[in-house]
Amino acid sequence: MKPIIKVENLSKNYVLGGEQKPYSTLRESLVDAARKPLKMLRRGQSKDTNNFWALRDVNFEVMPGEVVGIIGRNGAGKSTLLKILSRITEPTSGRIELYGRVGALLEVGTGFHPELTGRENIFLNGAILGMRQAEIARKFDEIVDFAEIEQFLDTPVKRYSSGMYTRLAFAVAANLEPEVLIVDEVLAVGDAAFQKKCLGKMSQVASHGRTVLFVSHNMTAVQNLCTKTVLLRDGQVIRFGETRGIIDEYLSKDSVNQLEQCWESFEEAPGNDAIRLKRATVVSHTADGTDNITVETPIDIEFEFWNLSPKNTTINLSLVLWTIAGECIFNVGSPPINLSSGLCRGVCRIPPNLLNDSRYTVEIYFVKDTSVILYKQADVVSFEITDVRENSNWHGKWIGAVRPKLDFELSQL
Amino acid sequence: MSFITTKENQTAVAAPPANLPNGKNDYQLPENPLVVIEPRSGWVPLNLREFWQYRDLLYILMMRDIKVRYKQTLLGALWAIIQPLFTMLIFTLFFGKLAGMPSDGIPYPLFAYAGLLPWTFFSNAVTNSGNSLVGNSSLITKIYFPRMIIPMASVASGLLDFLIAFGLLVVLMFYYSVGLSINILILPFLIILTSLLAIGIGMWMSALNVKFRDVRYALPFLIQIGMFATPIIYPSSLVPDKWRWLLALNPLTGQIEAYRSAFFGRPFDWFALGISTVLTLAILFYAAFTFRRMEKSFADVV
Repeated sequence: MKPIIKVENLSKNYVLGGEQKPYSTLRESLVDAARKPLKMLRRGQSKDTNNFWALRDVNFEVMPGEVVGIIGRNGAGKSTLLKILSRITEPTSGRIELYGRVGALLEVGTGFHPELTGRENIFLNGAILGMRQAEIARKFDEIVDFAEIEQFLDTPVKRYSSGMYTRLAFAVAANLEPEVLIVDEVLAVGDAAFQKKCLGKMSQVASHGRTVLFVSHNMTAVQNLCTKTVLLRDGQVIRFGETRGIIDEYLSKDSVNQLEQCWESFEEAPGNDAIRLKRATVVSHTADGTDNITVETPIDIEFEFWNLSPKNTTINLSLVLWTIAGECIFNVGSPPINLSSGLCRGVCRIPPNLLNDSRYTVEIYFVKDTSVILYKQADVVSFEITDVRENSNWHGKWIGAVRPKLDFELSQL
Repeated sequence: MSFITTKENQTAVAAPPANLPNGKNDYQLPENPLVVIEPRSGWVPLNLREFWQYRDLLYILMMRDIKVRYKQTLLGALWAIIQPLFTMLIFTLFFGKLAGMPSDGIPYPLFAYAGLLPWTFFSNAVTNSGNSLVGNSSLITKIYFPRMIIPMASVASGLLDFLIAFGLLVVLMFYYSVGLSINILILPFLIILTSLLAIGIGMWMSALNVKFRDVRYALPFLIQIGMFATPIIYPSSLVPDKWRWLLALNPLTGQIEAYRSAFFGRPFDWFALGISTVLTLAILFYAAFTFRRMEKSFADVV
């Protein structure tokens, strides 16, 4: 069978800092050509230069009817790939052949105008997504039904709740009928019920034999929807094939964990006259011995530091756990004790089934007399907690800042 | 977009989507790719076929601009009249009365309004479309469609204001007992010509604006100068013969004079209108090709 999408040697280069020159001169082109072989050798070190390769020699083929996940950490090139596929930006080199209409859904609600009514926005958004007016009119009722906004059709969308807004936006996009649907992180928005609906719609699209490219950080969703997966790292395709093995590889190698920071010499260690930090570590007690921290993994966050304060100073540690997105999850303090000068150690134990799946970063405070901050340091360690789901057919994001396992009885009376 | 090669046998893009009944994939892959995405450089063809496929979007964006323009305003579409009317009153006071500007035998208020009517349309259209790409950056970075549609829709949405303001002209002519003549039949052509000029300049400015935000500051200033370089408050007959050619290099000159001839039933200066038409088309084509060449970097730069 012939592929519906064929990506060959695709590369995209961004020039960092300063303006990208609109027209290159012949001289520059020649110099560029001469440098090219050198650049190839220095692959992966692109951060040192002014050029940044968002994608490098990407090759893959998608067969009609396949649902392909695209995963990789932030900055791996997922969004760039989607932008090129949906023709928003152009590649620097390489080639893509598309054998079907492509509909891209990079962000729900693109082109919505707050002053216009729901009805007007359906037509506006549909046209922006490439639908003809007659086509939108034909699907109008279906869209309104899916979005559940019938009574607000003639209200400007600026008065909509964010939930209504998202539902309407997705409803329009979901009723696109391209042969290839490109979806980027739509599950990151909306409430649980809505996400369920989106996932349902996407599997429906797939079961109708249409091709879907799906970018997500939600491994559960990728696992369940995608037959094949592309793993991107630093703009290159690391692996392409069956989903399961690739997700495992991603979780073990690409998560953004900085599980340990260590400063061997006292001089290099961060700190001041009162405190010097020696080591910060996240110790995960995973069942399989890997670094793959799930919501069910107990974690210890350990600190070693040199205490330089005079004798009999009362010191306590205060730990703030942030999500990468900047929400504070909690702030806990150790009991204050009298410490002598010298090497000291603190451990904060986070029980299993407390934190939700997210990425976290740890900030640590060293406090004197439970009131004076001696020293503080943000981002000492960071880790990602991934989701595990058993006994559940619901694959969307489990919402909430925490995800405790509480005693929840259910019985027949 | 510039880097898309549109193959000849590409009509399938416009065709309705494949129907997929019974959960079966009935979509037959075409022999040749519908779209090939690869880097392009230099001058790029206009790809009018694709443009035609997106004509609904042009209409809908135009309607959006129209609907949104006077939302949450007290006076609404009256603003379409207020702007040229009050400018006309001020000009009448300063230039007509105080300075005694000649007006080719037409009452000065009428003379000024007839010039201000197309000028207001033109200047608003160029300002709006010059800022349109930057203003719609969220669309450009998220969705693909022919980018030219954005500045064009901005110009097109000004046409309604033009028609409203034209209504006031008819009232004024009635007031001054100036009758319409058969010359008015050329009006649609003139409106198209002015629109094309506004599209050309607006499109060009909008593309430059993406890269150089200086345009946002330079544009109002240039438009102000343009108003004095165009026979709006004065008749071109005021300019000495030996300098008249300089005035004719402004493509709006021939048009504005033609509007007056159309409204007031005076003979047309076909030569000036011809120069204006040629210049307008030249600007339009230059702008369109420049736009096509620059648009590939819009999403990265805007």
